[in-house]
Amino acid sequence: MNGNHEDRKVPAQALGKQSIRFINPVYCIGSASVVGKKEGEGPLRDLFDVILEDDMNGCNSWEEAESTLQRDAVSTLLQKSEIRSENVRYLFGGDLLGQSIASTFGLLSFEIPYIGLYGACSTCGLSLSMGSMAVAGGFAENVICVTSSHFASAEKEFRFPLSYGNQRPLSATWTVTGSGAFLLSSSKKTGVHAAITGITTGKIVDYGLKDSMNMGACMAPAAADTILQHMKDFHAKPADYDKIITGDLGEVGKTALQDLLLQKDIDLSEQYMDCGIEIFDDDTQDTHSGGSGCGCSAVVLSALILRQIERGIWKKVLFVPTGALLSKISFNEGKSVPGIAHAVVIESC
Amino acid sequence: MNELNNGIPGGPILEQLAAAEDGRKVAKENAAMKNKQPIMDRETQERNTEYQELVKEVTPTHNLFLQMVKAFISGGIICMLGQFIINRALQMGADEKTAGSWCALLLILLSVLLTGFNLFSRITKFAGAGILVPITGFANGVASSAIEYQKEGQVFGIGCKIFTIAGPVILYGLMSSWVLGCIYWLWTFL
Repeated sequence: MNGNHEDRKVPAQALGKQSIRFINPVYCIGSASVVGKKEGEGPLRDLFDVILEDDMNGCNSWEEAESTLQRDAVSTLLQKSEIRSENVRYLFGGDLLGQSIASTFGLLSFEIPYIGLYGACSTCGLSLSMGSMAVAGGFAENVICVTSSHFASAEKEFRFPLSYGNQRPLSATWTVTGSGAFLLSSSKKTGVHAAITGITTGKIVDYGLKDSMNMGACMAPAAADTILQHMKDFHAKPADYDKIITGDLGEVGKTALQDLLLQKDIDLSEQYMDCGIEIFDDDTQDTHSGGSGCGCSAVVLSALILRQIERGIWKKVLFVPTGALLSKISFNEGKSVPGIAHAVVIESC
Repeated sequence: MNELNNGIPGGPILEQLAAAEDGRKVAKENAAMKNKQPIMDRETQERNTEYQELVKEVTPTHNLFLQMVKAFISGGIICMLGQFIINRALQMGADEKTAGSWCALLLILLSVLLTGFNLFSRITKFAGAGILVPITGFANGVASSAIEYQKEGQVFGIGCKIFTIAGPVILYGLMSSWVLGCIYWLWTFL
């Protein structure tokens, strides 16, 4: 073993402490978004591919309904990008339910080698990171990254039965019913204008907060940590990006993140955006702090962010989905709510 | 490490020695880290308290006074409704105990119906404790669990989980009534 030291040089694509800069960009050759009724009534209503009329989507249970979200997202994606599922090497998927059952039953019928991921609401960033690593590493030509969340199944998994009466605090976020799927490829097709050129994988960050109804605040330190590390690793500054977009920090997390970064002399006020704040209109939709869930960042990426990049309005974007790593058990046992955030650099090409 | 062995014959053995040396160094560093832990903890703690204060500052909260007024009004309305049922039952010739039972029964029925039609949570948004503290809240806890877990089967779904929310109220309610009963029983001896 020790004789092979020469072969174990640090690969040229690894950058700094936590990042990768891909030598060959990984092209995002297609994306699809499926959302529920409420999301379809929100500010981004005209941009989604599919809007469900009923959040049950003709199923018997919320979990099954969430599965169909992923199924519909992937089949819409395959249709849109005119690619057969046989030509997709890997599926990187995940959701918020226990043991990721929404992905299991939603992706079953595609018969594509599947890698299940859990990063709470950061799973979209995690799947894109893993997918682009597989493509850039030459392990696959085409991969699909897909994540979903469903308001009702998430309430059941993490909080109370849906019809239970309780008052949501103003800091609470509203789990997005939706699924976003992305097709990553090593070869560029005509009409493709977005590519992943780098990633920064986040650490688990715990600032000791215990309030599961204030997830934005729980995740903001993780987002700050990842963004800070990203800037260090890439020797970049916020001005290098047209937008720096977090997943689902909401209004509370937004303020906390900007405050934390200002302490480190990084001012995001010009570029900052949050998918959770974009997807709902709190005044008319009563969602409080914003949207959340791994469907939130995924559908906003597909519907809004990639569209802006394709149109050339944004040239370079740092996409940072954020996740709160808690379970009902860890919460009941008095544990804090650690956060995680994964950054993905998306550029127009 | 590679630079150490460049051009030296018998490289692998030297490399192994160097690796072992490296390993010891890392172990030493780790031990040192462990000793440092309390200091780091204090720093982390300070960082966390500072952050928690920041979060407290930036997190909006409901207006407590307004919430209490709303709860007072809606709780009052429910109590009025209860009193109306009791009075009506008494008028119809029921004794006081039976009238009380009718009151509880009808309020529970109303709450379960509202839960089933998905109206209860909307009312709670306004009423808060006003509707949750009376028997209506208890009924909602049971009914909403039954509706939600029905999909998981009659036994493992409804059977096991119907009291997930109401369970603590039943358990500790029974327990405290038992304790009070004992105290009352002892009191009768005095």
